[in-house]
Amino acid sequence: MNDIKKFSEGPLLIRGGRVVDPAHKRDGLMDVLVREGKIAQVGKNIKVSGDVSVLEARGLIVAPGLVDMHVHLREPGNEDAETIESGTRAAVAGGITSVVAMPNTRPPMDNVAGVRFILRKAEESGAARVWPTGTITRGRTGESLSEIGAMVGDGCVAITDDGASVANSQLLRRALEYAKVFDLVVIEHAEDRALMADGVMNEGPLATRLGYKGIPRQAEYVAVARDIALAELTGSRLHVAHLSTLESVELVRAAKKRGVRVTAEATPHHLTLTEDAVTRCGTNAKMNPPLRLKKDCEALVTGLVDGTIDAIASDHAPHTRSAKEQEFSVAPFGIIGLETLLPLAVTHLIRKKALSWTDLIRKISLNPAKILKLPVGHLGPAAPADVVLIDPNRTRTITSFCSLSQNSPFAGKTLTGFATVVIVGGRVVMRDGLLK
Amino acid sequence: MKDLLGLEKMTRAQIERILETTRPMKALFTRSIKKVPVLRGKTVALLFFEPSTRTRSSFELAAKRLSADTLNIAVATSSVTKGESLLDTAKTLEAMKVDFMVLRHSSSGAPDLVAPEVKARVINAGDGTHEHPTQGLLDMFTILEKKDRVDGLRIVIVGDVLHSRVARSNLWGLTKLGAQVTVCGPATLIPPGIREVFGKKVQVSFNLEEALRGADVINVLRLQRERQEGNYLPSLREYTELYGLNQNRLRLAKPDCLVLHPGPMNRGVEISSEVADGPRSMILEQVTNGIAVRMAVLYMFSGPNGFTLDPSEIEKENNAIEPALRDIA
Repeated sequence: MNDIKKFSEGPLLIRGGRVVDPAHKRDGLMDVLVREGKIAQVGKNIKVSGDVSVLEARGLIVAPGLVDMHVHLREPGNEDAETIESGTRAAVAGGITSVVAMPNTRPPMDNVAGVRFILRKAEESGAARVWPTGTITRGRTGESLSEIGAMVGDGCVAITDDGASVANSQLLRRALEYAKVFDLVVIEHAEDRALMADGVMNEGPLATRLGYKGIPRQAEYVAVARDIALAELTGSRLHVAHLSTLESVELVRAAKKRGVRVTAEATPHHLTLTEDAVTRCGTNAKMNPPLRLKKDCEALVTGLVDGTIDAIASDHAPHTRSAKEQEFSVAPFGIIGLETLLPLAVTHLIRKKALSWTDLIRKISLNPAKILKLPVGHLGPAAPADVVLIDPNRTRTITSFCSLSQNSPFAGKTLTGFATVVIVGGRVVMRDGLLK
Repeated sequence: MKDLLGLEKMTRAQIERILETTRPMKALFTRSIKKVPVLRGKTVALLFFEPSTRTRSSFELAAKRLSADTLNIAVATSSVTKGESLLDTAKTLEAMKVDFMVLRHSSSGAPDLVAPEVKARVINAGDGTHEHPTQGLLDMFTILEKKDRVDGLRIVIVGDVLHSRVARSNLWGLTKLGAQVTVCGPATLIPPGIREVFGKKVQVSFNLEEALRGADVINVLRLQRERQEGNYLPSLREYTELYGLNQNRLRLAKPDCLVLHPGPMNRGVEISSEVADGPRSMILEQVTNGIAVRMAVLYMFSGPNGFTLDPSEIEKENNAIEPALRDIA
C-alpha cells in the first residue's frame, strides 16, 4: 500500500483550485499536475499536452491528503467493529489518505510479524495508506520493552501503548531513551491509571448527578507533567495523544517554551463537545479521555491557534452497536471519527475564523506527517500524489458512515466542509462520496 | 410520565401526589384482608440484576396486595459478566407482555437505557450509585407521617454518600419538598460537586456532632464493608468512632428527632443497637411504609398514560380505589 507505483494511472491535472500547501507556503489559485503517482508540478496555468485527465477544482481547496495520526483499525482481533479495509474506506470518505494505525489490536502489535501483517493487509485491501505503530511494551502490559528496533526496520512509524499510559516511570524513561536510537517518536496516552480508577466520565457535578464514576482531569495532567519531565530527562521525542484539559495544554505550552521535544494532538470531539453530550448521546459520548468542560474546549482551540497543539487526530475508535448499547459503565470507551474530522474542523475552526486554511492543513496533514517522518503531507516535487479536494461550502447532515461501526455523537449533526475528491498515489479513490 | 426512573425528574407536585396516595394504601395494612383488586390481570416483572431481599420482597408484596401477578427474575451477574444483554432481557420480557418492569441494576442509568425501548412501565428499584426513587419516597413518607411536613425540616444524611443511590434520591426529593439537608461523612465519601448539583439547600459537613445540632431527622446510610479496601477509610473502627450514630450523639439532635436507615444495618458500625432499637428509630416503620409507597407507585403508573396529575385522571383513580377500599371494610 505504501508502494506509490501501485496507485499509478495516467497523468492528471487538477485545475483552478485554491492550492493550500503549508510546507511550500502555497495558498492561491493554481494547478497541480500528477504523473506516475507523484506530484509533477504545481503552478499557475500549467500547460499539458497528450492524454491527461483534467479535474476541475474551481471553488475547491486542493490540499495534500489528510493524515490522521490516531486511528484504531481493530484488525486483527475485532473485525466485527472495523477492518483495515472498512477503516481505510472510511478514511478516504473523510478526505484522509494516510492512517496511522494504533497497536492495541488483539493480539497487540508488539513484534515484527504484527507490523508485517498490518502492511500486508493494507496492501491487499486498504483504500488509504496505513502506517503501523508498535507497542512500547510487550503485550502492551507495561512490563518490558517490545522489540522496537526490529519493528522500526519493518515500517513501524512510532511506538505507543495507546489505550493506557506506561505506568512505570523507569520503563517509560528507558523507552524514550531507546527510541532515540531510531529518532522514533513515543506517543503517550497520558493518564494516571490509579487516579482514573474505574471512572467512566469527567468527574464533577454531572457525574455525581448521573451516578457515574468520575475521571478527574488531574488523571490526565499529572501524567502529562510526568511524561514531559521524562522527555526533558532523556531529550527524546514525546508526542502526547488526545489532550483533554486546559492544564495539559498549559503544560505542553510551557514545555515547548523550555525547548522540550514534545508535540501534542487534540481530537475533534474534545475540541467541540463538553461532558453535557453524555446526557444527550449516552455511550456515544463515552470516551477516554472523557469529554470535559467548555473552558477545556476553549483552551484546546487556543492551543491549536498558538501552535501548542500540533495536530488534530480523530482517535477513531469503532465499536459494534451491541457493544455500545449497554449500560454506561459497561460499554467500551471510544467513538468513530475518520469521516467527521474534516467537516468538524471546517465547521468549528475555519468558519469561526479560529484557523486559516493553511493552519488547518498544517494540523491535519503536514504536522502529523512531520512528527512521524512520513513522506506525505505536502505537494512538493516528486512527493507521493496524495491529494484531497475539499468543498468548503458543502453542507450535509451526517446520517450514516462508511465505517463498519456507527458509534458517533455527531450523527444527525449538520456540518460544512467535505472532501469531494480524494487521490492516493495519483489515483482517484473517492469522488463525490463514491468510493472506488 | 411512563416510568419512575428517579426523583430528579419529578416535580414537587408529582412527589406529593404519590405521598398522598400512599396513605390509603397503608390504611389497608391494618385490615384482615390486605388485598385490593385494582391491578388484577396486570403482571409485574421483578428484574433484579443485583442481589436484594428487602426491596424485592417489598415490591412483590406491593404488587400482590394490589392483586397483580408477579414474575421474579433474579439474574446472578456482576456488571461485567457477559451474557444476554440488558436490552435483550428487557425486550424478552416485553414480548411476554408484562405491564411493569421493576428493575434493580448495579449500573447507573440502566433503567434509563431500558425505558424508551419498552411499553411496560419501568420502575427503578435502585441503579448503581444513581437513584433509588421508591426508597426516597418511603423515607419522605415516613418523615411526613410523623412530622406532618418536610418543608423547613433540618435533615442529616450521614455516611457513604458517594456510593449511595438512597442519598441521591433523598437529596432530590427532600430539597424539592423544601427541607434543609446536611450530608455528613468523611471527605472521601462525599460526591464531588454535590453543592453544584443540589444548590444552597444542601450543606456538607465532615463533623457529625456539628451536623446533628438541631436536626429533625437523621438518615443513616449503610456502610459497605468493602470501602475499607478502596482506601476510603482506614478502618471500620475509626469510621464508627467518627461517624457512627450512638445515643450520645443522638442527644445533640432535637429531642423528637427521627432516625432512619434504609437497611440492612451494620449494627455497631454506622449505628449502635441502642439507637437502632430505640424509640426514635423509624427503621421498621420504613419497611412497612416501603410496601405502601410501592403500592401507590404501581397503582399510579398503571394508567393508560402512566403517572399523571391531570385532575380528571386523578378523580378516576380515586373513584377506582375508594370503592375497592370500601368493599373490604
